[in-house]
Amino acid sequence: MSSRDSILNKIKSNQPSSVNELPDLSVLGLEKFDVIETYKTVLKGIGGFCEEVSSLDEVKNYIATHYPTEKRMITTISELADIAETDWTSDDPHSLQNVELAVIKAHLGVAENSGLWVTDAILGQRVSPFIPQYLAIIVNKNDIVPTMQQAYERIGDLDYGFGTFIAGPSKTADIEQSLVLGAHGARGLTVFLMG
Amino acid sequence: MKENTIDHSTAAATFNKDVERVNWHDETLWFVRSKRDKSAHAIPEWETLRETASNIKNNVLSNMHHYLQEFEAKAKENGIIVHWAADGDEHNKIVHSIIAKHGVTQMVKSKSMLTEECHLNEYLADNGIEVIDSDLGEFIVQLRKEPPSHIVLPAIHLKKEDVSDTFHEHLGTEKGNNNPQYLTEAARKELRDTFLTRKVALTGVNFAVAETGEFVVCTNEGNADMGAHLADVHIACMGFEKLVPERKHLGVFLRLLARSATGQPITTFSSHFKKPREGQEMHIVIVDNGRSTQLGREEFRNSLKCIRCGACMNTCPVYRRSGGHSYHNAVAGPIGSILAPNLDMKKNADLPFASTLCGSCTNVCPVKIDIHDQLYKWRQVLVKEGYTPTSKTVAMKGMSAVLANPSVFKIAGKAGRFVIKNMPFMVNNSMNAWYNQREMPTPPQESFREWYAKRQKESKDKK
Repeated sequence: MSSRDSILNKIKSNQPSSVNELPDLSVLGLEKFDVIETYKTVLKGIGGFCEEVSSLDEVKNYIATHYPTEKRMITTISELADIAETDWTSDDPHSLQNVELAVIKAHLGVAENSGLWVTDAILGQRVSPFIPQYLAIIVNKNDIVPTMQQAYERIGDLDYGFGTFIAGPSKTADIEQSLVLGAHGARGLTVFLMG
Repeated sequence: MKENTIDHSTAAATFNKDVERVNWHDETLWFVRSKRDKSAHAIPEWETLRETASNIKNNVLSNMHHYLQEFEAKAKENGIIVHWAADGDEHNKIVHSIIAKHGVTQMVKSKSMLTEECHLNEYLADNGIEVIDSDLGEFIVQLRKEPPSHIVLPAIHLKKEDVSDTFHEHLGTEKGNNNPQYLTEAARKELRDTFLTRKVALTGVNFAVAETGEFVVCTNEGNADMGAHLADVHIACMGFEKLVPERKHLGVFLRLLARSATGQPITTFSSHFKKPREGQEMHIVIVDNGRSTQLGREEFRNSLKCIRCGACMNTCPVYRRSGGHSYHNAVAGPIGSILAPNLDMKKNADLPFASTLCGSCTNVCPVKIDIHDQLYKWRQVLVKEGYTPTSKTVAMKGMSAVLANPSVFKIAGKAGRFVIKNMPFMVNNSMNAWYNQREMPTPPQESFREWYAKRQKESKDKK
């Protein structure tokens, strides 16, 4: 018998004889709070920056004044083509190793943990939010939901190859619990709240 | 790495020789526990979340046979190659065969306690494959040829001076520069090169979704993603208990995991891998290694609900003052002590005794595992099966004979009080573990029964 079959057989004979019912999830995520204010507070608490903007021009201005534009910038947003490359999405992912800043969009944000949901449909490449030195993500204010409960309701049964929640810059506290931003991924995250 | 077979209390005694360091270890972990409390208390529905998570896992355990097949079918539909391993050895062989098929000799790996459990690194090293652990804590302990001492904080037993010395030796950092920022930067540079040059990346799995065939990997550093998205081959290894029924259930667990582990609202990255990227090969290795046996032990079954947050370790007074390495098992602390005897009762018979049964672990567990009850139940199983040390068994038998017979108890009490008072050296010596780091109280002049009998007599005399 293959290991697959012997494992499954053993599980079948060892698991409880009746199935325990699944709990009702609708009792969760009912807390009421100011979604945008919470989002901003939580993001700040985990080391991210938040900028409220009303247009992509404001995003452009912010990037031009806060990041070294002489270094390599990439984006998936065609309106930003004059400040960042847009033709990198089918390149070898290793070629992105010298990127200073990536500017991408998020489908939605979660107030309780400041996570931003992105999938490969809007990432350009899966490695794009991880390999740059710095990361900037644009999200519509209307797309901020209170908790993970609503986030998964929004995601539903969407088909994707890869998706991730990004909450703040990459970090570690593996040396004596001292927090250091910029472990292997981006050293800093700016979130542009649009609307 | 050598197999550590020194029992917990002996290893803990060694760990306790450096008082200052033990105090520091204790306080550092308590600090993490306090952060967990602050984070949990900020969520008014925290207890409902725990209850819900526990019930979801109960459902998974009761319907595992179905969910595993559903997961396998969906993952295959998504273009993932699925393997099954009955034990650690088969798991290691499968991983090695995938690496060998691609003709490479190097692999980058993110955190996976399962591969620690299976001793994958040693197996691959013996077969000429170099593995680099990319989680900073794991990278540090790997350079030092030590196992991780904690499932979430692998290098929590080390001070920054230790890390500085290790990096000076292996990475050529400045001697005596103990700045965590500087040391992390050195590892970042070193490992970036590793990520860019490895063709095969291995990751663990935090959750696998039966409904969709996807799996979720959580990191703060981004190391799992850096490895997986740059490699031609991604291997993900999981114990079969990692399953959740539907995607929406991830919300419950992701709300609990990081808050319970470190007090963060969520890990920086919660990555959902559903299909390989174009041109990439993706494998999942589903591992049993004793889990199906544990599933059949009704009293210990729900230890398989564990989501590996480490909260039970951070809160445990014994773990905090004995260190992860004392547990000689990939998973240390209270949860490790109820998982390990299932794998090897003889080797791990000491672990369920490494507890005060205070119950703090059970109180913080995000999936409501009755950890301290299981520790107590394991003790009974281990004694019945004859796996406890003879000295303990003899002492327990002696105690039970004394307690079962009132007149023997009376004489024993009298003798005990006499000995402690007049011949303390008879009991306060190195043969008696009760006197290690402990002062015994002054024995009373008389026992309760003697006092009561005297009092009865006096009141009768008054009448």
